[in-house]
Amino acid sequence: MTTSTAPAPAKAPRKAAAPGPDRARRRRLAQWGFVAPAVVFMLLFFGYPLVRNVVMSFQHYTPKTFFTGEAPFNGTDNWSSVFQDALFGKALWHTLLFTAGSLLGQFCVGLALAVFFNRRFPLGGVLRSLILLPWLVPMVVSGIVWRRILDQDTGVLNTFLDTLGLGGNTPWLTSPDMALLSVILVNIWIGIPFNMVILYGGLQEIPKELYEAAALDGASAWRTFRSVTLPMLKPVITVVLVLGFMSTVKILDLILALTDGGPADATQTLGTLTYQNSFVELDFGAGAVVGNVLILISAVFAVFYLRANRTEGK
Amino acid sequence: MAAHAPTAPRRRWGSTVAGLLVLAVMLFPLYWMLNTALQPDSGLLQVDPVPSGLDLSGFSKALGDQGGHLLTSLVVSFGAVAICLAVAAPAAYGLARFGLRGSRTIVFGTLITQMVPGIVIANALYNSYVDLGLVNSYFGLMLADASLGIPFAIVLMRSFMVSIPGEVVEAAEIDGAGPVRVFLRVVLPMSRNAVITSGLFAFLFAWSDFMFALTLNTTDDVKPVTLGIYQYIGAHVGDWGSVMAASVLSAVPAAALLVLAQKYIAAGITGGSVK
Repeated sequence: MTTSTAPAPAKAPRKAAAPGPDRARRRRLAQWGFVAPAVVFMLLFFGYPLVRNVVMSFQHYTPKTFFTGEAPFNGTDNWSSVFQDALFGKALWHTLLFTAGSLLGQFCVGLALAVFFNRRFPLGGVLRSLILLPWLVPMVVSGIVWRRILDQDTGVLNTFLDTLGLGGNTPWLTSPDMALLSVILVNIWIGIPFNMVILYGGLQEIPKELYEAAALDGASAWRTFRSVTLPMLKPVITVVLVLGFMSTVKILDLILALTDGGPADATQTLGTLTYQNSFVELDFGAGAVVGNVLILISAVFAVFYLRANRTEGK
Repeated sequence: MAAHAPTAPRRRWGSTVAGLLVLAVMLFPLYWMLNTALQPDSGLLQVDPVPSGLDLSGFSKALGDQGGHLLTSLVVSFGAVAICLAVAAPAAYGLARFGLRGSRTIVFGTLITQMVPGIVIANALYNSYVDLGLVNSYFGLMLADASLGIPFAIVLMRSFMVSIPGEVVEAAEIDGAGPVRVFLRVVLPMSRNAVITSGLFAFLFAWSDFMFALTLNTTDDVKPVTLGIYQYIGAHVGDWGSVMAASVLSAVPAAALLVLAQKYIAAGITGGSVK
């Protein structure tokens, strides 16, 4: 809705306003000049990879491909071999667990903290902004720090649990039964600040009158939360969850730093599997197959995102 | 404030104490990173809760081993910011103001890019980079890292530029300024905050990047600190002191920005995502 006011009052002196078709076209062209670089960039870095991955998933890549430049088409061989590999099913399952578990934890703790910080108290603002720090540290670095903390024999978490008499010999990252849970817990820690900040922003937008009305009606705190806060927060909740989903489902850094996908593939997800297929085994065809599945999953949720975005009303 | 009955000051300080506890739990891993870094002798042993002295040898070793990689990170990140702003700022303006046919589709496409997983991009990009000779190059990594910030920057700056009153721009146009001049002299200065926020985030995204560094480099020529640290733990399993010191160094920009540019960070997180 740009209010394009008609070509200025008639007496624009210096640049004769000759609005001939030629001039209008030149003007349009100049305007496209502003937008074109970004469009080209995004086509190259987002559009092209999408297309190329589909094509690659039907090509046979070997370590030799990069010397010979030959990657012959091989029909659906990559697809069938990936789908027949038990690891793919495992990775898919881990991805779903990892994403669902991370989102659930991040969201619940994030919401609780947002509500907590929504009350005014001394130093509240400072504390709230300092909590952002974990989110700003490079994810791979966080992963490495946690790897040390979770070390079975000398990590501080087990030392601490030991002092409390709570066992303290948990193989957080080295047992196939525990590793995925540990990775999820670390990712919850990473995601809490992001969830908190956005939800806090949403809480701030809720008109105070609604709370006053609820208080007049004698509603309990829990009742007010359920009947006022949650419904009013719904659009923000949708956005937080969908954005969270799209950034969580593809996580690679954290898992590589914590476990490298191990032990015994216990933390292998679609993201790490794509990486392993393509960049460790140099089978880019297989990597592309897994990557396409990952895109497909994201695309389903992108639909939710766009709908959320639309209801948001811009 | 709000609906809560006027709480007694004591209860409000009670919240502060609770808040401090939450903060302590959330920041504990970062404290532990610093603490471990200051005890380089502990190696693979248990680390004391508090360093006994100020042993900086872990840091000096980390600087020796990772100093170059920090520098690489800095160069690549600044390059990525420059590319990002140069591409995104004019586009944001164009999409906010010109009413071009297809603008909506482009904005839509910009939002959609968030769903493309980085590893998928890397998968395809690596192959084209091989063909173009961009593997192991600063420029190649800068371009890839810029892609992390561009959609975000377009969305953020556009939503700001939409609110610039049309009269301001028209007044400049009547004075005979062309679109480029109007953009550089009028629009950009007025959008200063949005530009700074976008630039900061572009920097943080590029600085934190690990995936492109990992996949688009096959030699040691262009190795940012994230990749450096990751490979460090492979090679120095016993030397956690220096690994943690390097980690502390890599976290410095984030911490500095949080302190120095707090309002931009908060604005960026909310503005960029809830749009």
